[in-house]
Amino acid sequence: MAKRVLARKDKLTKYKEKAIEIFFFINGIMAVLILIGIFSLLVTEGLPAFEEVSIVEFFTSNQWNPTSGRQARYGIVGLIVSTLSVTVGSLLFAVPIGIAAAAYLAEVAGPKEREILKPIIEILASIPSVVLGFIGIVFVGPWIARIFGLTQGLNVINGSILLGIMALPTIVSISEDAIMAVPEEYKHASLALGTNRWHTLIHITLPAALSGITAAVMLGMGRAIGETMAVLMATGNAPRMPKNIFSSIRTMTATIAIELGEVPFNTTHYHTLFAIGSVLFVMTFMVNLVSDIVLHKYGEGEE
Amino acid sequence: MDANEIKELEEVQAEVQENKFDRVENSTDNLKQKIGFNLLRGATWIILAIVLIIISHIVRQGIGVISWEFITEPPRSGMTEGGIWPAIMGTVFVTILTAVFSVPVGVFAAIYLNEYAKQGKITRLIRMAIRNLAGVPSVVYGLFGVALFVQRTGFRASILSAGLTLGLLTLPVTITASEEALKAVPNSYRHASLALGVSKWHSIHTNVLPYAIPGILTGAILGLSRAAGETAPILFTGAAFSLPRLPNSLSSQFMALPYHLYIMSTQHHNLGAVRPIAYGTALVLISLILIMNFGAIFIRSKFRGKFKE
Repeated sequence: MAKRVLARKDKLTKYKEKAIEIFFFINGIMAVLILIGIFSLLVTEGLPAFEEVSIVEFFTSNQWNPTSGRQARYGIVGLIVSTLSVTVGSLLFAVPIGIAAAAYLAEVAGPKEREILKPIIEILASIPSVVLGFIGIVFVGPWIARIFGLTQGLNVINGSILLGIMALPTIVSISEDAIMAVPEEYKHASLALGTNRWHTLIHITLPAALSGITAAVMLGMGRAIGETMAVLMATGNAPRMPKNIFSSIRTMTATIAIELGEVPFNTTHYHTLFAIGSVLFVMTFMVNLVSDIVLHKYGEGEE
Repeated sequence: MDANEIKELEEVQAEVQENKFDRVENSTDNLKQKIGFNLLRGATWIILAIVLIIISHIVRQGIGVISWEFITEPPRSGMTEGGIWPAIMGTVFVTILTAVFSVPVGVFAAIYLNEYAKQGKITRLIRMAIRNLAGVPSVVYGLFGVALFVQRTGFRASILSAGLTLGLLTLPVTITASEEALKAVPNSYRHASLALGVSKWHSIHTNVLPYAIPGILTGAILGLSRAAGETAPILFTGAAFSLPRLPNSLSSQFMALPYHLYIMSTQHHNLGAVRPIAYGTALVLISLILIMNFGAIFIRSKFRGKFKE
């Protein structure tokens, strides 16, 4: 009798345990569901745009003028080129400075020095992009205008500088991890051959860390492509093809942020903004995926 | 890196070179090293300078604006006077909502990944999804929030929609941080209780979770501090241009510090006149975020390395 009660209780515990496990599994799989959910919702909301807009025009025209009274234009080439121009501009200075700083932190700075430097760089990562955009308006912009003799400094350079600042913490911290992960034996072997630390860093350590550094740059790039507020505020808000580095532009992200507030729901214009969002999602997804594959190639599904 | 080992190696190397090798080349090599290391140091200092310039500029311009009235009063006269009280409280409320939506799911997901799941294809897929979610642009979260919460589920533009959107945005951070916290709890803690014959869940919630809480808290605060500064996801999901009152229900719209700063620096009809308010808002916003960050770092350092095997 007592035995049977115990057995039943045992069974109950087993069911309860199983239920608990399933509960945690549902939460665990949530990240996958959300990722799929975001993409499919973007596409479902974006596709109706092409009932009225030619898909060829969307991807090949550089005229973005959805509110034109005569004929609305929905070409995103200018927006994509704008996004890419500030992204490339930002990497031009963030990559060398970021990698150099990472090398300094990993190979040159003493442990005490590192303990002071790293939190300061982390502060940079915590500054909201709207604050950086504000800095772009009140500080970087006037400064650019003065140096180059322009009437105003809200342009490609300004956006590039701000995006570079935002990409720096990512590039520094991931490159530093990659450099630290190079086995000591490599360095010792080089040093034992009579080379000095600089030679070892340039010819042995950095090349060995190259895949990790590449991933760091890709992640920084993904951040730059998807950044919204800073570029929205500091690049002059002009949806057209950039002519040079002093052009005012408007990126894909900024276009969504500015226009989504003005459009009525379920209009063609509304749907095109989701179509831009889908393109943006695919671009950042690709960049992140590549860096992810590079970074986790050797890990056995482990962090 | 073991600095002593390298120093030793360098000494040996110096001896070898003194005996046999060309001294001239040796000295140019050392010069190269000196220049090279200084270049690297210079790059690091550039980053420090950037941080310093940004923070000091905002502090210098914003500190004069901060007053008791600025912190505790709503905006007046077309937002050209008065304070930012509703924006501060709006940000606090929406951040609390974000925590409510993201922390439990984040912790549960981490428990699955670290305690229940067999490491394999599924966990690899989940981890990949988490890392990719972290890279989704914030404005895309905004679009998603509009389509799902504002439109389909009918929550309209409200603090609820904004909180849910920000909750999704912070989820990758909370999961990753919670998982790291769980990983830091030694396996002997789990074995000790399992050996007594208790169930797995019992063991987790009595012998694992309590020790992981500081780490989870640290990660959650860091994630929330990011959410508190986000603008793009709340632009269309619930943030309001100007409201004299605080939100009084989940379906209210709300003012928020980052959105307020955006308006005050680009959208206001008299930008020059409200520049001081913009500086004050920026200062309050970064102070709030830095306080959250320092709080997180404090918790981390206080509880670090507390475990004994």
